[in-house]
Amino acid sequence: MKNFKYIVVLCLFLVNVSAFAQKTAIGNQDYNNDAIEMADVMRSEGKIYVLLAIILVIFAGFIFYLFKTEQKLKKLEKEIKIQ
Amino acid sequence: MRKIWWKILAIILVSYTLVGGLLMDAPRLVILNETIRALHFHVPMWFGMVIMLTASAFFSIKFLRSGNLKYDIYAIELVNISILFGMLGLATGMVWANYTWGSPWSGDPKQNASAIGMLIYLAYILLRNAITDRQQKAKISSVYNIFAYAALIPLLFILPRMTDSLHPGNGGNPGFNAYELDGRLRMIFYPAVIGWSLLGLWLAEQRIRLNIIKSKINEEL
Repeated sequence: MKNFKYIVVLCLFLVNVSAFAQKTAIGNQDYNNDAIEMADVMRSEGKIYVLLAIILVIFAGFIFYLFKTEQKLKKLEKEIKIQ
Repeated sequence: MRKIWWKILAIILVSYTLVGGLLMDAPRLVILNETIRALHFHVPMWFGMVIMLTASAFFSIKFLRSGNLKYDIYAIELVNISILFGMLGLATGMVWANYTWGSPWSGDPKQNASAIGMLIYLAYILLRNAITDRQQKAKISSVYNIFAYAALIPLLFILPRMTDSLHPGNGGNPGFNAYELDGRLRMIFYPAVIGWSLLGLWLAEQRIRLNIIKSKINEEL
């Protein structure tokens, strides 16, 4: 009886119904759809690169801080003789 | 994990995400417009958080089995950075929602669930601070950590899918795959998840090393 229940459940797994009711796929037409406003002006004037430069500078600052902390930790670990 | 290769990899992948996320073509979608690019920053925060919390729960189990306090240190510091990632995920989500869903907080099930998850882990920190004895602190909080993780997973992944939701993939909305069918978003998204997670692990590793140094000085380890 128990085995029968498992078999029924397994068979039910094979049944599925697909309903294509909404937009599910992003395709090429979405990359070319001029009806949607995007930051094209900003890009055409090169301003996007300014934004990117700012962000990369901030990120570089964070990474620099991380490396300095690493150095301090290494020094401390050597002092206390942790491997 | 004193090796440096995965830290350099983290820097490379996150830099790639920053550059690609801003410069590469994005699909032009209604309502989202350019904010679809936030996908590469908001979502990896949560992926990173869940990865680190899984590791934290794993180390809590290891501590309970071995009694080695080092595992308890791994667990708490991973939770600390996970809370950081979770708060950033909530904040970035609220900014994104404000301009696409109309307001920073919509009572969306996933928003509520992640806020509750944050509260659960903040309570973990409080619990630890309430106990002074080092061994007791570790034992009790390890048990709590495991239960916290067991609560988090249904909260974040199961409950929002069972009801109406605004988030993609939940509440009857088309899933995440819908945004990646032609793979172009995936090209930035997958490296982003790996890069941000590695960055989170780096932050956790630094805190762990600091904690171990402090413990050795206080002769607790």
